[in-house]
Order: sequence, then C-alpha cells, then structure tokens
Amino acid sequence: MADSAGLPADLLPPRFADWFAQRGWSPRAHQLAMIERAQAGRDALLIAPTGGGKTLAGFLPSLIDLATRPPPNGPSSLHTLYISPLKALAVDVERNLGAPIAQMGLPITAESRTGDTGLSRRQRQRVKPPEILLTTPEQLALLCAWEGARLYFENLECVILDEIHTLHASKRGDLLALDLARVAQFAPRMRRVGLSATVDDPEVIKAWMACHRPVDLVGSHDAAGVPKTTAELAEFRRETEETAASPRISAISAVEKSSGNASVDLVRGPAGAEPIVEVLLSEGKVPWAGHTAQHAMQEVYDVITKSKTALVFVNTRFQAEFAFQELWRLNEDALPIALHHGSLAAEQRRKVEAAMARGELRAVVCTSTLDLGIDWGDVDLVIQLASPKGASRMVQRIGRANHRMDEPSRALFVPANRFEMLECQAAREAIAENKLDGDPPRIGALDVLAQHVMGCACSEPFDLLKLYDEVTSAGPYRDLPWEDFEQVVDFVSTGGYALKNYDKFRRIVKGPDGLWRVRNLETAQRHRLNVGAIVSPAVLAVRIAMRGGRGGRKIGEIEEGMVEMLEPGETFVFAGQVWRLVAVTNLDVLVSPAPGADPKMPSWGGSKFALSTYLAQRVRQLMTDQPHWQVLPADVREWLEAQRDRSIIPGEDEMLLETFARGHRQFMVCYPFEGRLAHTTLAMLLTRRLERMGRGPLGFVCNDYALAVWAIKPLDQVDFAELFDEDMLGDDLEAWLADSFMMKRAFKGCAIIAGLIERRFPGQQQKTGRQVTFSTDLIYDTLRRHQPDHLLLRCARDDAATGLVDVARLGQLLSRIKGRIRHSPLEHLSPFSVPILLEIGKERSPGHSGETMILREAEEDLIAEALQ
Amino acid sequence: MNALTQTPFAYDYANADCGGLRTRIGASDVLLRCSGALWLAAERTLVVADLHLEKGSSYAARGQMLPPYDTRETLRRLAEEIAALAPATVILLGDTFHDRRSEDRLAADDAEALRGLARGRTLIWVVGNHDADGPRALPGEIADELALAGLTLRHEPQAGLQPGEVAGHLHPAARVKATRGSVRRRCFITDADRLILPAFGAYAGGLNVRDEAFAGMFARPPLAGALGVGRVHAVGWRSLVGD
Repeated sequence: MADSAGLPADLLPPRFADWFAQRGWSPRAHQLAMIERAQAGRDALLIAPTGGGKTLAGFLPSLIDLATRPPPNGPSSLHTLYISPLKALAVDVERNLGAPIAQMGLPITAESRTGDTGLSRRQRQRVKPPEILLTTPEQLALLCAWEGARLYFENLECVILDEIHTLHASKRGDLLALDLARVAQFAPRMRRVGLSATVDDPEVIKAWMACHRPVDLVGSHDAAGVPKTTAELAEFRRETEETAASPRISAISAVEKSSGNASVDLVRGPAGAEPIVEVLLSEGKVPWAGHTAQHAMQEVYDVITKSKTALVFVNTRFQAEFAFQELWRLNEDALPIALHHGSLAAEQRRKVEAAMARGELRAVVCTSTLDLGIDWGDVDLVIQLASPKGASRMVQRIGRANHRMDEPSRALFVPANRFEMLECQAAREAIAENKLDGDPPRIGALDVLAQHVMGCACSEPFDLLKLYDEVTSAGPYRDLPWEDFEQVVDFVSTGGYALKNYDKFRRIVKGPDGLWRVRNLETAQRHRLNVGAIVSPAVLAVRIAMRGGRGGRKIGEIEEGMVEMLEPGETFVFAGQVWRLVAVTNLDVLVSPAPGADPKMPSWGGSKFALSTYLAQRVRQLMTDQPHWQVLPADVREWLEAQRDRSIIPGEDEMLLETFARGHRQFMVCYPFEGRLAHTTLAMLLTRRLERMGRGPLGFVCNDYALAVWAIKPLDQVDFAELFDEDMLGDDLEAWLADSFMMKRAFKGCAIIAGLIERRFPGQQQKTGRQVTFSTDLIYDTLRRHQPDHLLLRCARDDAATGLVDVARLGQLLSRIKGRIRHSPLEHLSPFSVPILLEIGKERSPGHSGETMILREAEEDLIAEALQ
Repeated sequence: MNALTQTPFAYDYANADCGGLRTRIGASDVLLRCSGALWLAAERTLVVADLHLEKGSSYAARGQMLPPYDTRETLRRLAEEIAALAPATVILLGDTFHDRRSEDRLAADDAEALRGLARGRTLIWVVGNHDADGPRALPGEIADELALAGLTLRHEPQAGLQPGEVAGHLHPAARVKATRGSVRRRCFITDADRLILPAFGAYAGGLNVRDEAFAGMFARPPLAGALGVGRVHAVGWRSLVGD
C-alpha cells in the first residue's frame, strides 16, 4: 500500500503484521512512522484526523516492545502511561486497547485508573502496576505525591498524552508538565508521545511537552566557576550581581537552555476528507438578537429526521435545556432525542452514552461535555446551534461526526442572530481554508508550582537546586526565575509572609542533610486529598422532594449561582423536564415535578467561550467586504445595507463608534468584535473615565461583538482618542481590578490550588456543607492590606488578567484602534446597535455597585412593608 | 389572627450621619456601626464581639498557613472605631481570642497595640467559650456578663426570649435577596428586645440568620442590619433567605 512507502517493511513484527492482514487492514504511514520514531528513541507529536487510527499509532510501539522483549526478571512494572483529559476517555481507550491485545494474544495488562476506579483496584495498582496504565492528570499528580513514586516509575518507557491540545494551555497542563518532568527524573528512558487531531501551531505544543535541559555551549564542564545547571546559573548570577563587574560575567551567556522543541519530532497523518459545512440560512427569519435559535428549531428538527444520528452542540447548559424542550415540542415522530450536559447526574450521562454507543439515539443535544473522546461510528451529522466562537473548537466538534477518515464529516451551523450569521459564515470559510485559532503558549502558574513542590516533598526529600533544574525542564516553567522558585518554596513551607511568626509551623522542613521533607505524615495525607488543578464552582445536588423535607433521587447538579435566581414555588427546566423548586437545604435543591407548567427560564450565564481573536478578525473582514455579502441570506444583507446607508460600515482595521440619544439617555455604542470578556473590562474602564469627564455614565451592556454605554449627558463631543487611550491599562485597570469581585474569585481558585485552603480533610464531616471554614474574601482583603506583594495575590492578578478580564486582548484592541476610531454621530439608533440595545436589562451587574443596589432594594422593601 | 392581617411590627430606626443605624433595644438608644461595633453614646461605651484574635495562627499550627495578619487587621479596625468615638469603656464581648493559646502566639507589636488601646480607658473582657479564662498578661477587667444602660451584655445568647440581652457568639450573617440577585453580609439582628452583634474579627465567618441556631430567639420577625459599604442597611425578614 502506498501508505507505508519509504519505511522499512520489517517495522511490524509478524504477529502484528498478521493481525493487520487478518482484518484486511494495512498499517498507515503515520502508524509506522510512530514505531520508527520510538525505535530511534525520539519523542513524537502525532497530528492525525479523527478516525485515522491515531490512538493505535500511539500504542503500537509499546505493544511491540512489550510483546517482543525478553520476559523481565522481577515483578511486572509500569511500561507505558497513557494520560487522557477525560476519565471516560481513559476507560474507553482501555476497552479499545483490549481488542488487539486479546486478538493477538499478547501477554500485556492494560488497566485504567481514574477517580471513579474502586479503592481495592487502585490499591492493587499501586502494589502491582499493570504494564500499561490509562489515567488522568490528577491521578498522575497523586501517584507522584506518594512515597515510593521513584520506584513505581523507574522502568517507565513511554508516556502518551492524548488530546494534547486540550491539556496544554491550562493550569491542568502546567501541573501535568511538572509531573512529566518529575517522572522523567525517575525514568531516564521515558519517551513522550503527544496525540491530537486539531492543532493550530505544533511548535507551541512541542515546546510544552518537550524536556528542556540546560546545555553547556562552552563544552568544558570543568572550566572554573562556570555554572553547569540552571540552578547554579541562578546562584552564579546572584553572586556576580553582588560582586559587580566580575570577569566571569561573560560566561553566563555560554549556558543556555536547549530550545527543547528539537527533541520532539512531528509526525503528521494523512489529511482527512474535507468536512462539508453548511450554514442554515433561515431566509427571512434570522432574528436581530438572542442566543436560543428558536426561530430555526423546525428546520433543525427536519434535518434530524433525515439523519442517522445527529449531535446537536450548544454553548451553555441553559441552551441545551431550551433546545431539548423545543425539539421535543416538535417531535411528532417521537424520535429518540436525548440530552447530555455537565449538570446531569453521572449515571444519567452514562446511560445516554451507552444508548448512543448502541446506535439507539437519533440526536443528542449536548454541551462541551461531548467535545472529546468516545468513538461513536454512527454519528453522521454535527449541528452547532448558535455561535461557534472559534474555528478550532468547531473542527473538534465536526470531527465527532463520522469517524471514518476517508468520508467527509458533515456539519450544519445554525446562527441565532444576525451577527452570528456573519460569525458562522466566517467560521465555515476558515475551516474550508484549514485556518485554525490556537491558544498562545502559557507561562506556568506559581500556585500550581506550589502544589507540585508540596507533592514532591510528600514523595521523597528533595534538594532545592536539583528540584529547580527539574522544574525548569518542564515547558511552561522553562524560564522560571530562581527568585520566583525560592518564593514558592517559602510559600509552601511557611506561607511566604513578611511577618515571620509561622516558622515553628513549617509544612516542609530542611533537614541537617540539606534536603527538604514534609513535616509529618498527616500533612502529606492532607495534601494528597487536595491534589489537582481543577477548581469548579460550588454545586448543589438537585433531588426530588420527599415527605418531611427530605431529598430523594438525585437528578443532577446545579451551580450555586443558578439557584439564587429562583424562589421556592417557581418552575424551571432541568434535565429536560419542568420542575418546581420546593426548598434549598444545605447541600440539596429539592424539587417536585411540574409537567406542563410554563417554566421560568433563568438565564444561566452566557457562553463561557469567548469569540476567538482569529474568528473575530474574519468577521470584521466579511463585514467590510461588500461583494462577499452574497453568501448571506437576504434579510441579513438588507440589514448590512441599511447600516451602510444610515450609519457606517467601518474598514477592516477601524472600530465603529456611534453616538445617539434615545429616551432621556445618551448612548455610545462601539463594535470592537473582541469578545464579551474584553468588552466588559473595556466598559468598566470607560465608565470610570466618563465619570471623571463629568458625563454621568449610568450603565453599560456587552456582548461578543459590541458594547453600549449610556449616560445623562451627551457623549458625541467626547475626545474619543483620549477616552480609548491605552493608558487606561495602567492605574485605572489596577484600581478597578483590586476591588473587583473577579480578583476575589481568582484568589479563591489560587488559594485552593496552592494549598492555602483545603477542600477536603481526612474524616471530613459534611456539617454545614459547602461552607468553607472561613471566607477567602476575608483573607483576600486582609492580605491585600498587609502584604500586597504576596505570591498568591500575584497569581490571582495574573489569572484575573488572563482568564476573567482578558487584559491582553483588550491591550491588542486598544493598540489596533489607535487613530482608527470611526465616529458616526446619529439622530437615531443604527441597525447594528439594535442587538446590543435589546440586551439591556437582561444582565445582572456584579461588583460593589451591584451589591449596594441589592441592599438598597431590600431596604425599600422594608419601608414598603412598614407602610402597608 | 393570621399572618396576612397582622400589622407588621414598626421598627424604630434611622440611618445616622456615619452610615450606622440608630435603633432601640428595650428602652435604650443604640447605634449599630458600619464596622459591626455597638455604640452606647450615653455611656460612652463601645462593644465589639467575637474578635477571634490569632485565628490565622491557630490554623497555621495545624498546617494551613492563613496570612498571619488577622490580629493586626482586627485591632486596626478597632483602633479606628476608638479614634472616631473616644469611648470611656471598651467591652470585648467574648471569643476575643480564637483559642486558649492565642495570647501566647500574639506577635509582640500586636500585643503592644492591644495594650495601647486599653490605655486611658476601661477595657472589659467578657469571656466566651473560646477564651473562658480571659487574658493572662494583657490589661483589662474580666467579667462573665455585665449590666449596663438597662441591657445585659454577655457572650452567648441565652435560650428563649431574653429582653434586654446584647450578645455575640453566633456570628450572624444575612443573605439579602432582591430582584437582581442576592448578597451575603455580616449583620446585626434584633427584634427590638434583644440584639446579636456580628463578629468583628477579620477572619470570623458568618452563620446565616435563617439557620436553626436562631430559632425561638425573637418575639417577632427580626430586623437585620446588614453591613454594607459605609452604611448599615436595615433589611426586613422577608428579604432574607438561607444560603
């Protein structure tokens, strides 16, 4: 077969070649290439389309090695470690891997280990490991924090990182990279293998997964005073700073990190068939605003009736519940249509997945819970309801249809409003051109490092300099300054406070041998209970109310914030049914069925995904390019033409800003297309400035495309260049951020990951349930006043600036529009401004002013009650 | 008589210039301060409850390194109140220390700050369950409870209705609900006959006033004084929800 041209035929041992032949298969070129890379002892990143035998390609080298090596002398030991971002995927791969092992009769054990694995099996796996262990990053972190980790991993030959693109750009990825560096110390022969279907920039991922070792370019290790390791280098730098103008200073540049990337080879699978992506035009019906796509449900239903099995992706749980209700309202044929999202009880999700695997379902309405993993051969159509937000995510989702590589996947985008029509078209074209948006490289978070350092101390005593070299061999931490490392270790030991009165309470202590070790067994045990870099919001169990106010069967879980919007007696949709809220107890939301009731629809947050920078740029291009408008339905075209005639269609690199009066209010609407997060931050900062300019701003509203600010006084005479000047990212940003609830939220996450706050204790009693023993907000306020430069405040600030307020993107925006603001003063509102104005009043404003408003309203209620 | 026809109890309250809430407990005029302190102007007496000094180091001793600044933060806020009101008497209404060893763990400058606050005025330590012995080396008088201005000041509220009682211990907090959502704040809680003070300590948590621990304590649906920014918000029972 042409596939395997150029590679030696004897890469496959006979037993394996026969197995392929018996199935009428021939090994694909990338599968052979992976074997060859393994035999050359190289790390490899495999990028291959879904359905291309990617997982098998990852495992083949290990299976061959295990099948052909001489039987080991001692007891079995771990040979290959497989890491999946999802528990379910690890279990699924265990099953899939079982087939070739059984069919070839290989003497290999492969077992999964997740948080759901039974205790006895997990204990046995520690004593007697399988040759192939399939697990998650959290379990790996736990294994690394056990005593005896060194022995456990010493014979490890290979680590396989599946769906690597979802792992790397997050705190989970930081932790995983650190654990890889750790395991690599224990297992000198270990190779690293990454697997992915969608990667926009392989270099970013290679740099993340590679081992970055210090290299000595001088070559003479014994040259007097030349540091050999990064840690020595750091020490050396400090010394030379103290004794300035040292002649040794010229030697510093001789020691540099290897680029790392060079040690990872890129293997590409064949390009799969081009996906067929269509956008549902809904001629004459595309709404001005909204996110539910209610107008298109009949069309969506009709498409489902013509498909074998369709996955209907939405962006939020609320949208999932809504679409599920709507589809069942139309479902005259009683087609088996199911629902799958992260709030449903795990058992219920497993049922849906099992029915799906048996081919019994015609459609599943789902959120990102089904973005990854499990193979379902029968899915022949992916429907994206509402905004796709990014091209890469769409490619991933589209890949869920049709796991046969040579047949095209089919997808249908259903825009929920007019701007989304532009976005869907832009995404369709980006996918056709194979242009993906990716995550930028990450700098490893210090709260995660703190957790890791503690884990290291729990497994065995460590030497500070050696640990620094190990940590900086991990991609995200390769540029970690020695000073930051020292600060992290100080934090782990005593909390890192300027006031040194915790010295007698150290969590890790330096012994007379110069090694750091955990203070006692109990401290180690508590750390192990709190391993992991996922911090999820507090959730309550939704249960059916029984007599005597008790909770019965669990239906699913709901985030705390969502419950606050509901009063007892009110009805809402959950898990595809209408329920009446009976009561909220400590940990349970008690409900009773309310079939047929007209449910109140609490707005359960907007999309958690921001519009990608790349897609935003393509939307702006499409908007500017008038001949291109012909791909759009007539009503959307007419809307763009009306905008052109009544206001302005801005140039591709310009930002349109409109001002007009409406009612008693003065409006300013601008259209940066940079996503809700960046817009919200911008609006917060703009209102601060307008306040200072005496314009009397009253409020604002944002969506992914635009933001509107309204005020008492006219806004058309404002100096917009000054208003939008980049200097708002200085003091204004810091002042606002320090007080914002987002900093408090970010701080809580960092405090939990870094181990300042423990989520679980040994023998924990669920006394008051969710209530932590103290509020992290109180700690935040106190720490900010008394030690504003504390490590965790730095972490929280970095997190808030990236994740919660998107400062980087706001900075790009401000520099992009500098000198390019197109002001359009109007008599009336413009066609573009209608969607954003329709969102006014739907949002709840968080933060101080919002909270004060709530308290004031409650005061007024008391006065009203008194006057009754 | 059912609840619908019952006239709501008309609480007598008004916001003072400082943002605090003036109201009456029994026959006594009191001012509920934004800081969570109680001010008895006629007696020039400041009352604060549940300082829980050295709660941070208490956790640190068990391996959880909370910032060691809670004591100085609490004392800083207390010093602010003293500077603003110049009280003749300061009453610490129990659980001033988080545990029995807290006094030994006080940083030297924090202990000095505490001594400074006692200088030139009467400092009274009402003892609580966390600090039943009172201070060993620090200045001040020790009391189980006090009678003052027609009120009884003690740490732990007694069971049942207790007209004239001012207590702490429970760390009351209110979750206030309005159409736009809800917020949770420390609060005073009173039925005009008795008053429970919020915890004053920087790290002291709060117990929702809808919790069973408050059941049977009030003669009528009580009034909450929720601590806002620069204002104590008077909030009625029907605006309060559980957590």
